[in-house]
Amino acid sequence: MTNEQYSIVGTCPPRVDAVDKVTGRAVYGPDVSLPGLLHGQVLRSPHAHARIRAIDTSRAQALPGVRAVVTAGDLPGAEERAAGSGEGDPQARTMRDYTLASDKVLFVGHLIAAVAASSPHVAEQALALIAVDYEVLPAVMDVLEAMQDAAPLLHETMKTWSLAGESQAPSNVASHVRYVKGDVVQGFAEADVIVEREFRSVTVHQGYLEPHASTALWGLDGRLTVYTTTQGAFGVRDHLATLLHLPLSTIRVVPTEVGGAFGGKNASHLDAIAALLSRKAGRPVKIVMTRAEVFLGTEPTPGTVIRVKMGATRAGRLTAAQAELYYEAGAYPGSMMDAAANAIFGAYDVPHGQVDGYDVVVNRPKTGAYRAPGVTPACFACEQVVDELAERLGFDPLEFRLLNCAREGTRQVGGAVHTSIGAAEVLEATRAHEHYRAPLEGAQRGRGVAFGYWGNWGAQSSSTISVNADGTVTLVVGSVDITGTRTSLAMQVAETLGLTVEQVKPRMGDTDSVGFTETSAGSRTTVATGIAVVKAAQDVLAQMCARAASMWRVPVDTVSYCEGVFSTSQDPGQRLPFAELAAQLPYTGGAVTGVGNVDVQEWGVSFGAHIVDVEVDPETGRVTILRYTAVQDVGRAIHPVQVEGQMQGGTVQGIGWALYEGYAYDGEGHMLNPTLLDYKLPTALDVPPIETVIVEVPYPKHPYGARGVGEMPIVPPPAALANAIYRATGARVCQLPMTPARILQSMGVI
Amino acid sequence: MKPFTYQAPASIGEAVALLADPTRHACPFAGGTDLLVQLRRGLAEADLLVDVKRIPELNRVSFDPATGLTVGAAVSCAILCEHPDVQRVYPGLVDAASLIGGAAIQARATLGGNLCNGAPSGDSIPAMIVLGATCTVAGPPGTRTVSVESFCTAPGQTVLRNGEMLVSIHFPVPPPRSGACYVRFIPRREMDIAVVGAGAWVQLSDDHTRITNARIALAAVAPTPLLAEAAGAALAGQLPTEESFAQAARLAQEAACPISDVRGTQAFRRHLVGVLVRRALRGAVGRAQGGTSNA
Amino acid sequence: MPDKIRVCTTINGEQVEFLCEPHQSLLECLRDVLGLTGTKEGCNDGNCGACSVLLDGRLANSCLVLGVEIEGRQVTTVEGLASWRGLHPLQQAFVAVDALQCGYCTPGMLIAARALLDREPDPSEERIRTWLAGNLCRCTGYDKIIRAVRAAAATLAKQAQEVQR
Repeated sequence: MTNEQYSIVGTCPPRVDAVDKVTGRAVYGPDVSLPGLLHGQVLRSPHAHARIRAIDTSRAQALPGVRAVVTAGDLPGAEERAAGSGEGDPQARTMRDYTLASDKVLFVGHLIAAVAASSPHVAEQALALIAVDYEVLPAVMDVLEAMQDAAPLLHETMKTWSLAGESQAPSNVASHVRYVKGDVVQGFAEADVIVEREFRSVTVHQGYLEPHASTALWGLDGRLTVYTTTQGAFGVRDHLATLLHLPLSTIRVVPTEVGGAFGGKNASHLDAIAALLSRKAGRPVKIVMTRAEVFLGTEPTPGTVIRVKMGATRAGRLTAAQAELYYEAGAYPGSMMDAAANAIFGAYDVPHGQVDGYDVVVNRPKTGAYRAPGVTPACFACEQVVDELAERLGFDPLEFRLLNCAREGTRQVGGAVHTSIGAAEVLEATRAHEHYRAPLEGAQRGRGVAFGYWGNWGAQSSSTISVNADGTVTLVVGSVDITGTRTSLAMQVAETLGLTVEQVKPRMGDTDSVGFTETSAGSRTTVATGIAVVKAAQDVLAQMCARAASMWRVPVDTVSYCEGVFSTSQDPGQRLPFAELAAQLPYTGGAVTGVGNVDVQEWGVSFGAHIVDVEVDPETGRVTILRYTAVQDVGRAIHPVQVEGQMQGGTVQGIGWALYEGYAYDGEGHMLNPTLLDYKLPTALDVPPIETVIVEVPYPKHPYGARGVGEMPIVPPPAALANAIYRATGARVCQLPMTPARILQSMGVI
Repeated sequence: MKPFTYQAPASIGEAVALLADPTRHACPFAGGTDLLVQLRRGLAEADLLVDVKRIPELNRVSFDPATGLTVGAAVSCAILCEHPDVQRVYPGLVDAASLIGGAAIQARATLGGNLCNGAPSGDSIPAMIVLGATCTVAGPPGTRTVSVESFCTAPGQTVLRNGEMLVSIHFPVPPPRSGACYVRFIPRREMDIAVVGAGAWVQLSDDHTRITNARIALAAVAPTPLLAEAAGAALAGQLPTEESFAQAARLAQEAACPISDVRGTQAFRRHLVGVLVRRALRGAVGRAQGGTSNA
Repeated sequence: MPDKIRVCTTINGEQVEFLCEPHQSLLECLRDVLGLTGTKEGCNDGNCGACSVLLDGRLANSCLVLGVEIEGRQVTTVEGLASWRGLHPLQQAFVAVDALQCGYCTPGMLIAARALLDREPDPSEERIRTWLAGNLCRCTGYDKIIRAVRAAAATLAKQAQEVQR
């Protein structure tokens, strides 16, 4: 890793937001306060599946201190349904029902009503006074059970979508996708060894520490302002406009600092409700979720059943790979099954492959994205089968992967062709690392590796850069900063403009500040918004060159900017450093504001591999992680220390997923562990130091070669740990989380 | 959560009067690490919280080499575990008390609260049971003494009657050549409720070769913390070997009646009883052989 | 509703008076009554440490302390760590080592680390991890946080030596 060619890219300045955050001044969603604020709370369904016969809010409305109560009837469009004007737009109806249930509740935690009151305690008392008459229906909680013909249907008119068309009968299977490459029957026939296994995982939560929070002010002029913790302010604005039938320009969404998101704050749960309460009450309303509500009423990951079958020759070459992915969508369609179906074998060059994916609704919270959505359980499955194949064929685990890894030009089973990737480079760096060669002695100890990747999304970003008269610049971006991107974007601008980082002041805008910007997700921000801000910086330079040209009365194409200085080929005596030209802007036409609006089409990809050493207590099944190394191709590390932090954070989330975390349910669909006591996030004592290795195979589509890095590190840990546990105990654990009890079961001890 | 009022009496008499008032439901409040959580979740209700942290008798730790250790019910685990006499003479108690929560919980959680919460999984309780601890309870009719092993009667229930409160817990002077140890199993390394806990106390013969007396108590495998009488009795006269530990562990497994819940299955819990009893016995014997003075 | 109670206390070295209802936690009082929003709510039941404060110098979860209990006592929150001289060495170390990402756990972490270093000036990595086990972080994986606490311990030790000279 070198930064000789760059002055700023590759260095590690302090985070721009660090001082605010260490002094407690940073304002997060729950910290917002406005004069006249009312406190909102929401009523959630206690049943996993039920028809709502009636809702009576009269006693709640009469409680002193209560200023507004809302139900589904307060959502625009409800009157169309009530008037029986046909189906209406099913998507709009789904959006309304998900926001506030009307005739059915589909999961424990489904929102039914909300109140705004003078204090949170009064609001809580008011909720208890809302009477709901339910007709409880049988619930279906398991993905395979939900696919059976006899299973209760969540959506009576939903049919299975597939490339073959819609199914005849309604079903809980929302969609079925199938990817085919070559002919798996032929491929398996060519294999000398075939391994086939089934894997299961349960729902896990992104586990952000800051709960969802929204403060809405619906002014008497009809303008709506919402302060909210979100990954994408523009997405919230779109959502509110659609749901509340408002023009976009009447809505201003102000993103607060975000206390962790990881994909779980793309969706807007509270904003519309806070807005409706504010409109009814005539005052601002703030709603903050409790921890239990975060577990029950946001969008965790799907539980999964994944069957994988892979074959290889004695020479160590994969011949065929087949998988069936059954993903729980939760109450509404849209698990990340498709992303997983594409990624499951995407790290390898597979001559013949078939992947079938099923997105199935069940009476659980709707699922959403969590850091490389859907991919971690798929990697847990594929990488254990690959590990087993390598062992049976007598290959070193990394050697086997190197023989079969994807390279530039490899066509994945899902159809996409890999372009510039660092898969082999990552594997080579892993194999060469001292950790891989270090001796590991002792009974019940084992070393495992796993390999995977995730992509970075492109999409739309908007940014502006205004030049100040003292030569500093102000950068406004539409991207919410959930990881440190305001610093890395400022660095990219500083590099392009030849300024120091301190001379670039980045600001996260609200939806009035700048153009539409896609949510900060899919590891897109440093890459796609990076492309946007570099474009804005280049626009600044072009405009300033034009100013210099007019000042010097030379053609603009003779003016250039190099090493911080504007000059013209026409007259070597004319030179202006950036700051000095900036000082002239007021006299040469006024402010210079550069614009960078992009819609990036390509997806980049970041590969990684993890090595982990474990010790397993044979009496209790407890796993102690002795050493952990994470290797990743980041393209170019704009800020290496921040990149390390992403790798370490994602890895530890993966460790939690592997060993500790999971939603548990009783027979009636109630979550048994909606607390941070019994939903077990890893503590500082549960994980070792995480060593990181940054590999750089520059991404050609980014001006500085950066790849999106944030999501990839969560992909390998469960697989790497499973492979290590296998080597430590002789037992393969095919179910997540790999709890001590499960490990003892796999070992045959209990 | 039902809103409550708050009083902080300065004496046992005042506190008992508040607790015994039939017109309102009052709860003693020390660390609040269980009580406040339960009130917020609607698992408990109170009209009045009686803060006992200003009452002198409840906030004292006193050790007398002749009579033993008395711990006020409102003494925090942190203060208890920092006490040099407690560390020196009752390390088995420190094992357990120091496991409750993490550093922040330790500053507020109390032995008294852990006991009065009456959870089968209360970490401090097996250690108190094997050490033969007794409780001083004050109420309208006066004061009475209850053994720790009979204090909890069902999950979340104790022998405390209307108007009664726990004042202090007393630990006898450890006999010579004795030692105690508490171990538990949790999924993470801190911050968890015990899946299974095991406390053991042994006394060795004059020549240190045999166990003369033993007590074994378990957490989280019965409706209350459980004194496994037969398991302890079986060790009397035995050599302190892996075989005798295994035999005691088997008896402890028979005495346990674990359930399956979100924290662990029956099978896993029963298995862990065996593992942890053996480990607790090793620890207790090690301390007994270490010959720590108790005065 | 029960009558409000008047509480007189010291917060970050300053005398403070406020009114609160008996059931309001110290965390609620700090955030909603006094406007000190640096201390965060993550779970409201003592399992995450985001609400960590120092109460008479000891680490406590403010969600499990009642506001009425702090009458006459001393509370330190994240807002009280820096002084007119600048950031506390712990804050400086967190910035320098990049021991934060979203920053939501950071106030609690800083307070917890301060409580540790006040008692044990030279804790080992294992000891720091044990002490901080009650402070959950979901972003950093803890690695840089531990390094920052070690770095701050070294800085504080150096400062203490200089004072002695």
